[in-house]
Amino acid sequence: MIALIAQAGPVIPDFGTGSSCVRNNDTFCWDWFKDNWDTAFGPRLVEHIELTLIAIGIGCAIAFACALLAYRFSRVELPFVSVSAFFYTIPSLALFQLLVPISGLTRLTVEIALVSYTLLILFRNMLIGLRGVPDDVREAARGMGLTRRQSLLRVELPLALPAILAGVQIATVTVISLATVAAFVVDEGLGSPIFDAINRGTFKTELIAAAVLAIGLGFIAYALIALLQRLLTPWARARNA
Amino acid sequence: MNDFTNAFKFIGDNSQLLWDSALQTLKLFAAGFSIAVVIALPIGIVLGHLHKAGFLAINVSNIGRALPSLAVIAVLLATPLGIGFWTVTVALVILAVPVILTNAYVGIDEVDRELVEAARGMGMTAWQILTRVEVPVALPLIFAGLRTAALYVMATTPLAAFAGGEGLGNIIANQASYKIEGVIAASLIIAALAFLVDGIFALLQRFATPRALRGRRGQDIAKGSAVVTT
Repeated sequence: MIALIAQAGPVIPDFGTGSSCVRNNDTFCWDWFKDNWDTAFGPRLVEHIELTLIAIGIGCAIAFACALLAYRFSRVELPFVSVSAFFYTIPSLALFQLLVPISGLTRLTVEIALVSYTLLILFRNMLIGLRGVPDDVREAARGMGLTRRQSLLRVELPLALPAILAGVQIATVTVISLATVAAFVVDEGLGSPIFDAINRGTFKTELIAAAVLAIGLGFIAYALIALLQRLLTPWARARNA
Repeated sequence: MNDFTNAFKFIGDNSQLLWDSALQTLKLFAAGFSIAVVIALPIGIVLGHLHKAGFLAINVSNIGRALPSLAVIAVLLATPLGIGFWTVTVALVILAVPVILTNAYVGIDEVDRELVEAARGMGMTAWQILTRVEVPVALPLIFAGLRTAALYVMATTPLAAFAGGEGLGNIIANQASYKIEGVIAASLIIAALAFLVDGIFALLQRFATPRALRGRRGQDIAKGSAVVTT
């Protein structure tokens, strides 16, 4: 009789041997979370950060190169924006699946999709930042005898930095968000415990723990980049004060 | 590549299933999106008109962006809402409200003060200023927000399958029964729906822009960076 009831109930890990909290699927079981941190959450958090950093690194490199090109030759802008907007529009779950026949159930698939979501945001903000440099500032740099390259590196890029970092900030939180979905393709990142909990019959502790970690990671990344922006552009603060 | 050919064959063989699923996906989309509009638009417009709570209205969209959609669904699954239509709808609303609200706020708040003064000088009431001056001028930004929100909601709708929602996401979540060709077919249709929705909102954005403003503001505000935070 007891076995029958057990079968009818949700499939919870350690069912029967776990604490009463786990067995009843209460809202949050600290003991289970602590016991499983080393296996279910810690490594997932690290993977999530890895996935994000790789995507942002590659995305920045591509977008930066293309933005510089578009800054110099404006004809490059439209094709790049069209292609990146195309990828940006495809919902993440669909894009991951569409890449599977091409690059398999690998981290490569995940990174291709994640990078493609960063390009539009990064490129646009980089270009907006560079084009936002006032003409007279650029002319003054020229007048002081700076070469085009020097003017770019010492004058235009620093002035574009706030907009560029704003783009990095948005792209980073976007990637953190989409990387949770990636777990559906590759068993990595904080989406993994979420899908696991759903398969177990909505195991609440695991759901909440993974979700709170993912949300927290997004907010922390957001705050850190905001801080970086303040530190790197002290003149912006002076102007506001 | 064979998987893609098989996927098209799957679309041909299962058109009824895919059609029904697509309709369910669109139903979820419509529910989440319209509730979000009803909540966010009035708040954004009123706050913008009063020029109040700007810090909150602007930052709410940044907070919204930092919220992983799957995590929001996961948290809601653990609440008494449980699995089902409403969990999904609430998640979609939570994700869509911030963008709509911020763009409506910024659009109204940034209407040229002199324009408003002129309208007041002509004897317009506050209501007339709002409906005849501020809202029309802010429409391009408001619609840019709606377009971005529509894209968010459309991107999140397939995830509904994991929270008991119906639709195309269910086919993707059930690879065991539909095989890889079914999953690819559903993904293709989801992508097509996203382009459709985005295209419709791009057109709406164009038509909503008063003729005098066309080609000016509408150009620089495309999706993805409706409000560039600097």
